[in-house]
Amino acid sequence: MLNQISLLLNDYTFQIVALGTGFLGLLSGVVGTYATLRKESLLGDALSHAALPGIGIGFILIQRKELSVLLLGALVSGLIATVIIQTMSKKTVVKLDSALSLILSSFFGLGLVILTSIQNNPNAQQAGLSNFIFGQASAMLLSDVQLIGVVGLGLLALVALFWKEFKVFTFDPMFAQTLGFSGKIIESLMSTMIVVTIILGLESVGVILISALLIGPAVAARQWTNRLSVVVLLAAIIGFVSGVTGTFISSLGERIPTGPAIVVVVSSFVFISLFFSPKRGIIAGHYANKKRQKVFMNQIQSLEE
Amino acid sequence: MSMIFEITLVAVVVAVACALPGVFLVLRGTTMVSDAITHTVLLGIVLAFFITQDLNSPLLMIGATLVGVATVWAIEALQQTKLLSNDAAIGIIFPLFFSIAIILITRYAGNVHLDVDAVLMGELAFSPFRRLMFLGMDLGPRALWTMLIILFINCLFIFLFYKELKITTFDAGFAAALGFSPVLVHYGLMTIVSLTAVGAYDSVGSILVVGFMVGPPLAAYLMTNKLHVMIALTVLMALVNSVIGVQLAFMLDTTIAGMIAVVTGVTTLTVFVFSPKKGLIKAFLNRRKEQKKMDQRLKTIEQAGR
Repeated sequence: MLNQISLLLNDYTFQIVALGTGFLGLLSGVVGTYATLRKESLLGDALSHAALPGIGIGFILIQRKELSVLLLGALVSGLIATVIIQTMSKKTVVKLDSALSLILSSFFGLGLVILTSIQNNPNAQQAGLSNFIFGQASAMLLSDVQLIGVVGLGLLALVALFWKEFKVFTFDPMFAQTLGFSGKIIESLMSTMIVVTIILGLESVGVILISALLIGPAVAARQWTNRLSVVVLLAAIIGFVSGVTGTFISSLGERIPTGPAIVVVVSSFVFISLFFSPKRGIIAGHYANKKRQKVFMNQIQSLEE
Repeated sequence: MSMIFEITLVAVVVAVACALPGVFLVLRGTTMVSDAITHTVLLGIVLAFFITQDLNSPLLMIGATLVGVATVWAIEALQQTKLLSNDAAIGIIFPLFFSIAIILITRYAGNVHLDVDAVLMGELAFSPFRRLMFLGMDLGPRALWTMLIILFINCLFIFLFYKELKITTFDAGFAAALGFSPVLVHYGLMTIVSLTAVGAYDSVGSILVVGFMVGPPLAAYLMTNKLHVMIALTVLMALVNSVIGVQLAFMLDTTIAGMIAVVTGVTTLTVFVFSPKKGLIKAFLNRRKEQKKMDQRLKTIEQAGR
């Protein structure tokens, strides 16, 4: 067993994939923190499904599986979906969740229609397009990891640069506007960052599960602290560890898909944090309640006497 | 019956059966919970399949429906801790359940006749090949019968509990004061949603079901303010979407469920833009009108001040 593990750790493919998923987890931890704090965590779910038609159209345009072009297509359709969802929920009586569900399924349906018609016109290059639905981390190449790295560093730089703006806008958008920050610009910047992160994860984690990577680390990290900087840092660490551990489990076991393995690891972090966090956790809360009850009963007793 | 007619029939029944509970999901703003359910019933289907070894067993449907209800319970338990926002709770639970289902399917793929793609995407085109035989008689596609029964259950549920559904949807506090139990009605509705999702998964697939549930009611919601009119319009929209979807899919030789989802999106967005009551254009015009009124008022005030 130990031998097997050390063999795996020295395996080049494993190192590449683990690096890729780890960095992806880190990135989605950071970006997801803002989405989750703004209570827009399900936006990620809708946008990841909405990226599928873009991938198909990207492929049709160049007839090759050139990752950067496919991701560009995904970016465009993700952004179109964002605009439609925001218009629906902000300009009329339609509720956000209805807009999300509608766009999610009709864009995904469109994606399936396009992928099916690609499959009906055989082309040796098309194999593996449907991998985007579930993701296939083992197909990751060094160039893909480099792409994630470069774009990811750009995103992290944005977060550092607009730290103050994002912070005030996340917690009090009204106040942010009175200070003179443009809500529209910051909002579209944030949505774009979410879309870009999702798209980077499409290849390895897949359309359906990437939203868990955005939400999980942020929720887990939030339980341990009230400071935004610490939450972002913790979410980044949890995301990274989940990505690497998930990849590790999936390579060690037989026939365990990487994306779902990562999601299970992230969820374990979430549940451990929810239960065992010393301040806010469920167990701590339970004891605090009991203690309060006792104090209260004592007070009543002393009053009675 | 010709094949295309049978497929259209199945599509219409599936669409109407999904859209009916969707009316209340849209009004209550809990459509994303139904999105979660449609994903997690997959886990129920897989687990029940390991036990029954039969994809057509009624036990499988019951087991999967129970997992759907368990999903709602788990989401609400998480929400009640107040440690995370409501939508984050949904976003934590369903990917987890779904991932476990995918891992199970992939690991035991060899001895399970369950294909991940089939469960997710579904394929209406295959429905005429799975037939229901009774005493040697061919009664038509099995999916048609399954969904007819589910459609009947949904109609019955809405008919019997119309008052309860209406009052708990629009004013839960008032309903509770009158002695109705909003929780009970809520779980009843969610059971119906799970059952429908389970029944529809092999024709429509688990992701597109949510579009079938949300699209038609949302379009109807944009056109009227009356609940019974909304239900009628919902059924009409579901009918139109599925018939057009099937025709287009045959013309373009592509996935039928996917095409219906696309048509649903297009019709709903069209209604969203052009609806004379609550549409986007109307909202824009209304705002213009208000602005003009405001300008007029300001002018008169200015003049009065002079």
